[in-house]
Amino acid sequence: MDTVMLARALFGTSLGFHIIYATLGVGLPLIIILCEIMHLITKDRHYAVMARRITKGFAILIAVSIASGTIVGVLMSLLWPGFMEIVGQVISLPFQIEIFAFLIEAVFMSIYLYAADRLSPVLRIISIFFVALGAVGSAILITDAHAWMNTPDGFRVVDGQIVDVRPWDAFFNPSFFITAMHVTLSAYMTGAFVIASVAAFKLLKRNKTEEERAYHMKGLILSLILGSTMSLATAINGHETAQMLHEYLPRKLAAAEGLFETQTHAPLAIGGFTDRETQEVKFAIEIPWALSFLAGNSFDTEVKGLNEFPEEDWPPLFIHTLFNVMVGIGTLLLLYSFFLLAWRFLLKKAFKPWMLGALTSGGPLAIIAIEAGWCFSCIGRQPWTITNVLRTTEAATTSEHVGILFFLFLILYVVLLFITSFVMRFYFKRNPVMADLKEV
Amino acid sequence: MQESIIAITILWTFLYIYAMLGSLDFGAGFWGMIYGGKDNSRASLIANRFLSPTWEVTNVFLVLFVVALFSFFPFAASMLGVLFILPIGLGLILLTIRTTFMVFSHSVKRFGRLLQIISGITGLLIPALLVSILPVTLGGFIIMEVDTPNLLYGKLLTSFTTYSHILFGLCTELFLSALFLADYAHASGDKTATATYRKHAIWLGPITIVIAVITLFTLVPEASWFLDNVKANSYGFGMSFILFVLGYLALFLKDSSGNRGLFRYAVVFVILQYGFAIYAYGSAHLPYMIYPHLTANAGFTNPSMFYSLLVAYGVGLTILVPAFIFFWRLFLKDERYLKQD
Ligand code: HDD
Ligand code: HEM
Ligand code: HEM
Repeated sequence: MDTVMLARALFGTSLGFHIIYATLGVGLPLIIILCEIMHLITKDRHYAVMARRITKGFAILIAVSIASGTIVGVLMSLLWPGFMEIVGQVISLPFQIEIFAFLIEAVFMSIYLYAADRLSPVLRIISIFFVALGAVGSAILITDAHAWMNTPDGFRVVDGQIVDVRPWDAFFNPSFFITAMHVTLSAYMTGAFVIASVAAFKLLKRNKTEEERAYHMKGLILSLILGSTMSLATAINGHETAQMLHEYLPRKLAAAEGLFETQTHAPLAIGGFTDRETQEVKFAIEIPWALSFLAGNSFDTEVKGLNEFPEEDWPPLFIHTLFNVMVGIGTLLLLYSFFLLAWRFLLKKAFKPWMLGALTSGGPLAIIAIEAGWCFSCIGRQPWTITNVLRTTEAATTSEHVGILFFLFLILYVVLLFITSFVMRFYFKRNPVMADLKEV
Repeated sequence: MQESIIAITILWTFLYIYAMLGSLDFGAGFWGMIYGGKDNSRASLIANRFLSPTWEVTNVFLVLFVVALFSFFPFAASMLGVLFILPIGLGLILLTIRTTFMVFSHSVKRFGRLLQIISGITGLLIPALLVSILPVTLGGFIIMEVDTPNLLYGKLLTSFTTYSHILFGLCTELFLSALFLADYAHASGDKTATATYRKHAIWLGPITIVIAVITLFTLVPEASWFLDNVKANSYGFGMSFILFVLGYLALFLKDSSGNRGLFRYAVVFVILQYGFAIYAYGSAHLPYMIYPHLTANAGFTNPSMFYSLLVAYGVGLTILVPAFIFFWRLFLKDERYLKQD
């Protein structure tokens, strides 16, 4: 592989690793808040225990989140000097402001973790609220930089020079709000489904006492309600994100859907593989007219096809699959969580083991959707790092040491994935729910 | 003052803050490891009590420095990236091991000691690795091939100056953290731990100064421009030395209750000592970021971005200062936290 490929591989892998922990870092605090509030309202100590146990897991994950975040932050500067030159002139504001979000999160996290016993319940909720605010703030701000890479704004390029810089126009670039919203909602959705998975898994075990079952059931219902709401919001907002693509990034939308010819009444292709030679999506289920409707809310919306663009500007066509995976999982989790809630509250029936069994896959699936969504967005931007401004090949470093670093970081990530799951299991085995329930 | 000079002064301030916090952080991790065994665990307890709530905040300052570097000086990115990707990449791996293992060691008691040892040792290596970048910026270790700079690893690894820089970094880390932990233990009312850390501060202090002076004499011939600038800034270095002497003496003075060591004064003087030294070093380094290939001016961003960043810092700091005061009260002052067992 050449240096550019290695840099892409190293950076993509690092982000793919960071995002697992970072998304939970955004999603879990919201659930902790909900538990704290439920405890305040109902005085049910189960919720206090739940908040405490999720916080413990969160504290373990956040360490990896911060360490890997530091890695991506520094690596980005080292691997993409051509990109950083423009970032530093145009879009460094969100990166700067993000630091303050990190600080807020770090300060209040320590307070919540190490001073909880000295705080009143209301002060506790306030401090975990600031943790959540810091986390979602950092997600939104980094997403701003990402949105700007997709839809750059706030500067002009004249003879290769960046001129007429308007930092706040760059900050509020066209896709900022919609993208930030999508990232936030999907992170909350993921956090909720991860907790739902754990609760479902625990409820499937036979050797639990009544009290433990009651405890896990409360966790399940709470996270299911949150998860279903958030997945509905994610889907609606995802629809608007797709319309944003239609307006600003038609090339990406065309590649996502394997659409070659510009047309009205364009069909939506689900599944299958895009074939560059025959210009069609093989083995796909086609829904007539649906893509036009998705893109512009009417069947005669004209959707641009790939042939409008020079072929060297096409992103890799496999992003069609990444898009399908994200949307597929989103739809599945949306329908399934509403089904479960209806089963429980409308039909008033108890969950069957197979239902819980299926639900255990919810958390991992949501994380897969996050990975697919990000890879779709970043790979779908190729061959550009900043759409129509800077090519990835011009952005990359020329250092010859990227290969060895890629190898070392890969080992690091694999080892850390194992160690974190080991530490989580070990800790929660050693500190079973019953012990916590007795203690409070 | 030129805008680029204001920018580099801000950047240098961030570096100063991180150098201090990082030394405390990594140093405390190291002392926590040393005393983490069976025999003298009071000292370890104190180190961990300081470390647990603060490491996240410290890490943010590292990120702050990196982000400020590339926001203020975007045109420095390509040279820094090519030159330092290997040492910094390795540093990141060590930092990740150190951070995660330190946190894990509290959750997995059975392997806690092993994890603590690994994180303690990696914590010692990180400042050493980072400090070894300094001699490179002074000149003599880079050759330009056409347009790309290349780091002469062979020369760097065999130069005496590299190792005296590293030694200086290590001593600073251990001296600062021992001194600070002596104060922290003192505030916690822990006599044994105070004595332990005071002892270490006493032997490490003079050694650090001696090594700092030696380091100046080991610079390679290409860096002689820097020595000239150091002489021109001798006022700053002189102040630094005086402050060191004051801080060191404070370790031997008796407080009102007759115990040896005015630790709070010692800490303040020594922090100021490093402040003067770091700013004097920084101004001797100007106008170069990397001699002779890169000046601060050439790396600088455009003014409109610069002023937006200043506004962002202003607003951010106003919000954060109250949070920091709250934090300080809870973990560095509150008796209930300090004196718990
Ligand atoms: C739990 C995760 C999750 C789920 C269920 C969905 N998404 Fe998503 N999606 C993301 C997680 C995500 C993401 C990881 O957060 C992305 C990547 C980049 C971004 O801005 O958000 C994303 C990006 C993204 C983009 C690309 C934006 C760009 O490239 O700038 C589109 C068009 C959609 N989504 C549309 C949808 C639709 C129509 C969904 C229907 C259910 C959907 N997403 C569900
Ligand atoms: C959208 C995807 C991302 C999300 C949701 C996200 C979120 C987070 C969260 C929640 C943290 C922990 C914050 C803390 O506790 O201090 C974090 C840490 C970090 N992230 Fe990310 N991040 C994302 C992508 C990135 C990218 C692309 C970069 C850099 C290019 C980055 C840089 C960092 C850094 C430097 C840290 C460490 C901050 C510290 O030292 O506390 N992140 N991120
Ligand atoms: C956190 C989730 C993310 C994942 C999993 C992810 C994934 C990837 C992948 C796979 C690539 C390589 C693309 C290719 O070269 O084919 C890439 C490139 C890149 N991404 Fe992302 N990305 C994420 C978030 C972000 C964010 C938030 C930013 C904005 C700061 C960002 C900035 C970049 C840059 C600068 C590149 C390199 C240049 C390029 O290839 O265009 N990424 N990312």
